[in-house]
Amino acid sequence: MRKIGVFVCHCGTNIAATVDVKAVAETLGREPSVVVSEDYPYMCSESGQNLIKDSIRDYGLDGIVICSCSPRMHENTFRKAAASAGLNPYMVEIANIREQCSWIHKDKAEATEKAILLGKAAIAKVLLNTPLIAGESGVVKRALVIGGGIAGIQTALDIAEAGFPVDIVEQKPTIGGKMAQLDKTFPTLDCSACILTPKMVDCAQNENIKIYSYSEIESVSGFVGNFTVKIRRKARYVDETKCTGCGLCTEKCPVKKVPNEFNLGLDNRRAVYIPFAQAVPKIAAIDADYCNMLKNGKCGLCSKVCTVGAIDYKQEDTFVEERYGAIVAATGYEIADVSRYGEYAYNQSKDVVTSLELERLMNAAGPTGGTLLRPSDGKHPHTIVFVQCVGSRCTPDKGKPYCSKICCMYTAKHAMLIREKYPDTEVYVFYIDVRTPGKNFDEFWRRAVEEFGVHYIKGAVGKISPRPDGTLDVQGSDLLMDEQLHISADLVVLAAAIEPSKTARSLATMLTASMDTNDFFTEAHPKLRPVESPTAGIFLSGVCQGPKDIPETVAQASACAAKVIGLLSKDKLKGNPCVAHSDEMMCNGCSNCANVCPYGAITYSDKEFRMPDRTTKTRRVAWVNPAVCQGCGACTVACPSGAMDLLGFSNSQIMAEVDALCR
Amino acid sequence: MRNKLVERAKELLADGTVTRVIGWKRGEFSYDVTPAVFETAEELEKDFVYDGFCGANVSKYLIRESAKEGKILAFLKPCDAFSFNQLLAEHRIRRENVYAVGIPCEGMADIGKIRSAGIDGVTGIREEGEEFVLSTLYGEERIAKKDALAERCLVCKSKRHPVYDELIGEEGEDLPDDARFEAVDKLEKMTAEERFQFWRGELSRCIRCNACRNVCPACTCENCVFDNPDSGLSQKAAADPFEESMYHIIRAFHVAGRCTDCGECSRVCPENIPLHLLNRKFIKDIDELYGAYRAGENAENKNPLVSFREEDAEPSVVHERGRA
Repeated sequence: MRKIGVFVCHCGTNIAATVDVKAVAETLGREPSVVVSEDYPYMCSESGQNLIKDSIRDYGLDGIVICSCSPRMHENTFRKAAASAGLNPYMVEIANIREQCSWIHKDKAEATEKAILLGKAAIAKVLLNTPLIAGESGVVKRALVIGGGIAGIQTALDIAEAGFPVDIVEQKPTIGGKMAQLDKTFPTLDCSACILTPKMVDCAQNENIKIYSYSEIESVSGFVGNFTVKIRRKARYVDETKCTGCGLCTEKCPVKKVPNEFNLGLDNRRAVYIPFAQAVPKIAAIDADYCNMLKNGKCGLCSKVCTVGAIDYKQEDTFVEERYGAIVAATGYEIADVSRYGEYAYNQSKDVVTSLELERLMNAAGPTGGTLLRPSDGKHPHTIVFVQCVGSRCTPDKGKPYCSKICCMYTAKHAMLIREKYPDTEVYVFYIDVRTPGKNFDEFWRRAVEEFGVHYIKGAVGKISPRPDGTLDVQGSDLLMDEQLHISADLVVLAAAIEPSKTARSLATMLTASMDTNDFFTEAHPKLRPVESPTAGIFLSGVCQGPKDIPETVAQASACAAKVIGLLSKDKLKGNPCVAHSDEMMCNGCSNCANVCPYGAITYSDKEFRMPDRTTKTRRVAWVNPAVCQGCGACTVACPSGAMDLLGFSNSQIMAEVDALCR
Repeated sequence: MRNKLVERAKELLADGTVTRVIGWKRGEFSYDVTPAVFETAEELEKDFVYDGFCGANVSKYLIRESAKEGKILAFLKPCDAFSFNQLLAEHRIRRENVYAVGIPCEGMADIGKIRSAGIDGVTGIREEGEEFVLSTLYGEERIAKKDALAERCLVCKSKRHPVYDELIGEEGEDLPDDARFEAVDKLEKMTAEERFQFWRGELSRCIRCNACRNVCPACTCENCVFDNPDSGLSQKAAADPFEESMYHIIRAFHVAGRCTDCGECSRVCPENIPLHLLNRKFIKDIDELYGAYRAGENAENKNPLVSFREEDAEPSVVHERGRA
């Protein structure tokens, strides 16, 4: 006869206001095998836990059911409590009567009935629980940071500072990311490059940091503490060990009309190029799409002028395989395509630009040398209109449902800088709301309005039409004055939505990290575990998790580093004992389980079996590596014969729960 | 054709390529043909048949036969070859122990249809153009093929053999799929209630004889969940109407993505339940959600239900479809 204890939590009034907890405890107390059933205001409190511990000892309980909040919240708490009273922690089951019951019901009678059913299901399950013991695995003391923007740089620097080796994989020829393209940063208006490039140099010089620039992640296998990652080092046709970054090749290259992506195509670069002056590593790369030598074997000029013989036209992609204990996703963002909004005439006029393009037009290292000139005719614009929320806060068919968060502040920054430098320029901002929470943020945009005389207009722009005289007719509505406006503008700046990097989704697949519908990485808990992915050993840094400005990104990057350091400083990790195992007598050897296993935990071998008729039969059977299995259960569903089962969540346990609910 | 096959089988037995041959043998009646293993030229001469009643799929028998010592010659119709390939993909057959000979199939007759046409006492069948010529106790009868072919043959998916060591006759081609899914289309157009009533009606005739499972080349588990007392499903009798529906639904789920639509389940059903429609619905769904896929097309293929590609339909799309 099993001895089960049931403990019903009030959670203050969270549960007790909607569920008759006394009735739940009393009813569940009458279930077979239940020897004690108690309720308590806060089961997770010290005295609540003591009640559980004492009951385990006093009644000799061999299984307990806690009717409380989600197991994500306190399962661990109660497992620890059980363990300290001598009960195997996996003999604890949680019936979630808060999130799945009291919080979603209003009728007390209904909620009470449901809570009792959930309790009965948990009792049915715990009766089939078996004590489980977690195994241990080692930790590879090296971290991988994917993405070399400010998020990746900060995370890598912090991890390296703690003494752990860390590799940065960046798909572009240089680290620096979007921040390297910005002109000034809000709210202090210091130069972006001035504060970023020292950090880039720190990365290059730090002994613990290795930068794989112009590289991509090819494949990821393994599990927390022990990932194996294959990195593709794209051919840059320049020997990294020889190139000194002198730039002679980039001056002599005859292919001059390659759109310069660093300046967002606002000017041109050569086929062999160094993205920008402070690039790290400062090594040239040859663009195979444009290079004459690579395309048709005619030219070779760069190789002739290179004094160190670094040019290598025969270079091919190479692969590096490395093991890591932790992986950080820091893949950042891209500017959403604004050409789909025909009303803003982005494709029709060169003088309709995105905010990031404006950053380059205002930057001293940009195509105009820092003087704000119209892209169409190189003249000073005297009337500039900013349009907010282009592609953000839309219905899903029109654009992004979320707020891109950084646009209100950078637009205030742009408006202020323009008014300061060119006081003869009128600046209009069409906005839906101005959202400037943050330290010194609201003061910042108010300065734009109050001190710099920027015209903020609450309303939307309906149509932008290029006129023959080169100006742009901006038609919009002023909601506060309730009138239609026509502004004759020289330049229009669109605050384009930001979206996660296009590479993020395939990376998430490789990492088995989850994503939301907008392709932002999902955090393990939106409030309490914001820098970890639900997949153990995968961490999130920067905008890949959600829109953020630089201060927030840096804060999150350091928080992420702290979590990585915490993991890497452990020598052993306790595994999850709830892993799959295969009943060899039932296994067909069909490979369904191995096909669906996202962790590569299942292998097959031919084994000899003694059959009931005393013959020997060789059969192909599955084996699950418990150190690799994460207990997701995909294999148990794919297995046609039911040979594959999950410890702690066995098929029979789940059937028992369902039966209890249907009884 | 029958003689050609027997001659070739005798040659391969004689030169030691194979030690056994799997083909078809007459049962009590001429239309009652079952797969059989032959070990000598004499046995072949005496009992081997290949005619319009050889609908039985021999591939499943190769699981057991290929585990034995020595190579076996398997005559595979296109349908059998798809099933054979699928079983290879699932590592159920030892390929090195099978010498696969692809043989042509012009469609198999459905004795039920022949009887319904008023032809009784059938003692033999042969093809003549677009007709089956039947010898009966009461003389020779003729019936148009289109009236006598099994449903699965009327909507034949392919005359091609996706795998073989040797081919007898000319290789055929894949056939258009339009007609194959017409019945499924009809079911999809029903309301959920109408569909439920349709299946309750059909499945109410089930006697849980397990013939569909026993013949199915996808149902090859070492220990079937319906025979396993620990699975919670092992009831061999039709205990109640719910029980018999669940049996077929569970079976359809188990073979989803692996079913080659050979139609054996419906052929052997003594109650003429159109079981193949459950499987065909899955095939259609898989094609529409994950791109055209044919189980058994090749032995390396991962079926879409146990593989992941980035362009796969999102779960929400699958969910929406399920609600329709």
